Amino acid sequence: MSTSEIDRQWTTRLRRRVEGKLPPEKLLPDTQPTYVSSWIYVFGIATLSSLGVVIGTGCILALRGPQWWHGSAYGHFINSMHLWSVEIFFFAMVVHLWGKFAMAAWRGGRALTWMTGVVTFLVSIGAGFTGYVSQSNFDSQWISTQAKDGINATGAGAYFNVLNLGQMLMWHIVLLPLGAIVLTGMHVLMVRIKGVVPPFEEGAEVAE
Amino acid sequence: MSKKAFRPDVDAPKWKGGYSPYDIIKEGTIALVVILVLTVIFAVVFGSPDEKAITVRTWSNADPIDFATTALSELNGTSTSAAYGAPYNNVPGTGQAMGPLKLEQWVGVRIPINAAQDFVISPLKSLPDQPILDQNLKTWSTASTTTQNSWLSSYGKAATKMKVAKGQIVVNTTSAGPLPIMINDLTQMARSGALDQALVTGHGFYTTDYTKPLLFLADSGYLANLASNQHLTGDQWGMMNETGSYPGQAWLWLYTFWYQIAPFNTSASGDALVFATMGVLSLVLLFVPFIPGLRSIPRKLKIYRLIWREHYQDNK
Amino acid sequence: MAFLLSFAALIPLDNLGHYIQWHIIEISVANLIVMILMVVTFIVALVAPFPGRSRRKENR
Repeated sequence: MSTSEIDRQWTTRLRRRVEGKLPPEKLLPDTQPTYVSSWIYVFGIATLSSLGVVIGTGCILALRGPQWWHGSAYGHFINSMHLWSVEIFFFAMVVHLWGKFAMAAWRGGRALTWMTGVVTFLVSIGAGFTGYVSQSNFDSQWISTQAKDGINATGAGAYFNVLNLGQMLMWHIVLLPLGAIVLTGMHVLMVRIKGVVPPFEEGAEVAE
Repeated sequence: MSKKAFRPDVDAPKWKGGYSPYDIIKEGTIALVVILVLTVIFAVVFGSPDEKAITVRTWSNADPIDFATTALSELNGTSTSAAYGAPYNNVPGTGQAMGPLKLEQWVGVRIPINAAQDFVISPLKSLPDQPILDQNLKTWSTASTTTQNSWLSSYGKAATKMKVAKGQIVVNTTSAGPLPIMINDLTQMARSGALDQALVTGHGFYTTDYTKPLLFLADSGYLANLASNQHLTGDQWGMMNETGSYPGQAWLWLYTFWYQIAPFNTSASGDALVFATMGVLSLVLLFVPFIPGLRSIPRKLKIYRLIWREHYQDNK
Repeated sequence: MAFLLSFAALIPLDNLGHYIQWHIIEISVANLIVMILMVVTFIVALVAPFPGRSRRKENR
């Protein structure tokens, strides 16, 4: 195979594109700009870490099935961890959102970072909702019978049946976590590619 | 070539300053440990709620009159489920609209529910060796619609004084045809637990679809009363709340807010209006970077001066 | 020790919560605490001193 032939390969082109956009020192940097000097910056990683705990506790719940936590004290404890990690997740995500808005963090070609963040927020609400209706208790009964009216009103209720426990559980443990992980991954990679947004500067003339 | 004008709310200045050492893996590990510890603390201290699910059995035993009147409403088409429309059934004049968009109606019936058949007739037919009931069911199914409506009307009028005597539903009427036996037998079936099962095994042994029993339960006053006691109903901002004293879904505050004010809480298409409003607001949030005025708010609020105060002080 | 054996919550919140009503607003005490904590956390994050200033000054 000639060099030019190798250059034209999809694999080679993709690898070079990725290497160009995200070399190892950008993916795992060992320095950061000196303006990153506020506690507000920890809420991104706090959100990511709580997502990790949500998924981890969710995996433990999955090991023993959806009814386990009703009858087992240990299972109920893991459910409690799952609930509180979700509360911390939303808490951290909202503070992170407030901070990023205050910084106008979309500046300098970072609009897609902002947008993936918003979509992740919305997908997370969906993931939380499907979790609530998958609890198989009174809360699920009430939430599902109420939510059906809103979702039916959009026409989506004909296909997304919130009263169907099996469907809701599979959305909750397969489709929405996949969505949340992919979106979060894109969001974090974009932060790594573009870097953390610089401060507002009076008299700035040269854009990034 | 002229330089492109710098837009302070869109562009970012090029960073020409310094960089300090940063251990991203260490920071991530510390964050994970902190979050894990916090989660364990909350779980150990507060636990999580688990209010037992209501069954048709618990409902009909706790309030047999509410059950019987709900069963009547399924038969006479006045229950929420029977009169719902799409996606459950075809009922003229139903279906919420977002202005000209009647999405619910356009999608049509995809989860067919015939309230009278699914909640009353079919479950009663499934009971074995019930000659008197079977005769009454035959009387019902062979009667004309006019006759059925007449029976329903008589029973409905008498049902306002419905009583329970020795566990049996008693309604003072002789012109309701087979209805007294049908309603009473359905109530006994519910109280035994057999109706819970009959409502879910429509498609076979294994099922994870609880559409029918949930719709039936939701048609009752019983479920709504329990929810109201726990502050979970719409006009109690219930969407944000959790059972007991647990924190709920505070992030749904704006979604549930609309249900407290007109026209959302007075319109027949209230849900559709709320969804449309939140859809628009979500799109606004998504496209903030592109919306002039909105994207200028951070620069005008100047909260960033707190975040980057060290940078501004050192660069004075 | 009892917790390790039973995993029971120390202060279960199963009793009916308290709710605060103000005009059309009705909010549970628990949710109100969460919201107040979020605002307080945001403000503290903005104003609290961040360690490592001298190191950043060295690298400016």
